[in-house]
Amino acid sequence: MTIVAAASGDAALLFIEIGAVALALSLLARLAHRLGITAIPFYLLAGLAVGQGGVAPLDVSEDFISLTAEIGVLLLLLTLGLEYTGEELRYGLRTGIGPGLADAVFNFTPGFVAGLLLGWGTTAALLLGGVCWISSSGVASKVLTDLDRLGNRETPTVLNLLVIEDLAMAAYLPVVAAVVAGRGLGATTATVVLAVVVVVLILFVALRWGAQLSGMLAGGSDEALLLAVFGLTLLVAGLAQQVEVSAAIGAFLVGLALSGSVQARAGALVRPLRDLFAAIFFLFFSFQIDPGSLAGALVPATALVVVGIAGKLGSGWVAGRALGIGRRGRLRAGSALVARGEFSIVIASLGVATADGGDLAALAAAYVLLSAVAGPLLAKYAEAVPAVGLRRA
Amino acid sequence: MPDVTETPLPGVGVRHEFTTSSGERLAVLSYRSGRREVVVYDRDDPDAAVTVLHLSRDDTRTLADLLGATQVSEALTAVQQQLEGLAIDWIMLPARSRFADATIAEGEFRTRTGASIVAVVRDETTIAAPGPDHRFQAGDVVVAVGTSQGLAQLNELLVG
Repeated sequence: MTIVAAASGDAALLFIEIGAVALALSLLARLAHRLGITAIPFYLLAGLAVGQGGVAPLDVSEDFISLTAEIGVLLLLLTLGLEYTGEELRYGLRTGIGPGLADAVFNFTPGFVAGLLLGWGTTAALLLGGVCWISSSGVASKVLTDLDRLGNRETPTVLNLLVIEDLAMAAYLPVVAAVVAGRGLGATTATVVLAVVVVVLILFVALRWGAQLSGMLAGGSDEALLLAVFGLTLLVAGLAQQVEVSAAIGAFLVGLALSGSVQARAGALVRPLRDLFAAIFFLFFSFQIDPGSLAGALVPATALVVVGIAGKLGSGWVAGRALGIGRRGRLRAGSALVARGEFSIVIASLGVATADGGDLAALAAAYVLLSAVAGPLLAKYAEAVPAVGLRRA
Repeated sequence: MPDVTETPLPGVGVRHEFTTSSGERLAVLSYRSGRREVVVYDRDDPDAAVTVLHLSRDDTRTLADLLGATQVSEALTAVQQQLEGLAIDWIMLPARSRFADATIAEGEFRTRTGASIVAVVRDETTIAAPGPDHRFQAGDVVVAVGTSQGLAQLNELLVG
């Protein structure tokens, strides 16, 4: 409480402001649910409105919000890790490497090239590549559920691609984090190598001794489990950050390590907490964006989204063909992957402090806004459009 | 039995699919939460689900009963005809049973009744041919084979 009070000088005002913002976010979440899209674009717009130069600038301590936002990232990655069992990861790796590579080439490259064309440094371009690359697993699974497509034969290809992307993130995030922190080629290389070694080590420990860890946590009340998982996540994330491996990956690997009934229980317990903290993370991300630069980013973002849609349709096509899925199924698979969301923002937030950080943040926000709205719509009508041309598929 | 293909759905559950003898393709999605979906595929577009049936845990049990009941009784009749004089019985172990936390060996059921315990159904899993070290839990369904007299005695022991 001292942090809050000391920072704003008036805790009462702070509570009123945060309360009002949270209520506004809740209304936006309802609206998003009604429209059948993710709430992330709305959170980003809300962040713009209350940010510097917005319509109703908030007077909140940046320290307080940024810490909350960081926890939001950790919880996002933790719940992602909790989604998958070790067996599913191994299956995904066995069947998904080829399509996963195609997916990376189709979607990372345009972002990276666009970053260079915009005259940014290599670091920012690398990050933009990541922003364009990773689909939103949240949106994809929501789209598949809402459209009753979980039973479709192409759906495993979509889910496996998401698994591969998430695992790729486990390598990509620490590497770019090292590049962002970069101090000359030698030091950066050393950090990257260290990062990869640490990730492989934790991954090995997680898959090897995950069951024992879960067994230790299994006893006790829900309350005890929630605190244990939350504490473990922050601890591992902090240690990872200490050796300059991204904290987010520490949290992801904690999620992977938990298995069995503990995995299911922890998932159910952490999810509400994640929703709360992640909403603040998205808000805070666009809070820092100048609305003027967002307007400027709309044109390149639109162009990138068009390329990004083609890229994901390509990924779906390649992945579907590998499993003998028909043409319409391949298009449906690709369209479910079009939306980018939480992870694009996580990636962009890594670079906010770099030279081109402001432009990167604005472009990433615009990209997520456009693709998160276009994705679900495209997925819905992917069925209707190609039915004429592909009848004999 | 047609070939049943199993496909894991990461983060969701598992899908089992097969083609019926009339050529329709059918799948059952088992969610981790225990929810089930029965899916029938489009004949024109074999990747798309046209009919999706959402079933809760209870619905699944009802449907399984409706579909399975006749088969179970047919199979049971067949077994009883094959093994003249033998019968099968399903005995639910109540919490008050004095064997609710005992192993099969401790109960000395075969010595006492002549009936053999051939399987134990616990929640949704079946433990076939449980060993003498198998420890019962209240709520287990004990499947036993024996003479009708032996089974009655076993029932007495376990439930009484």
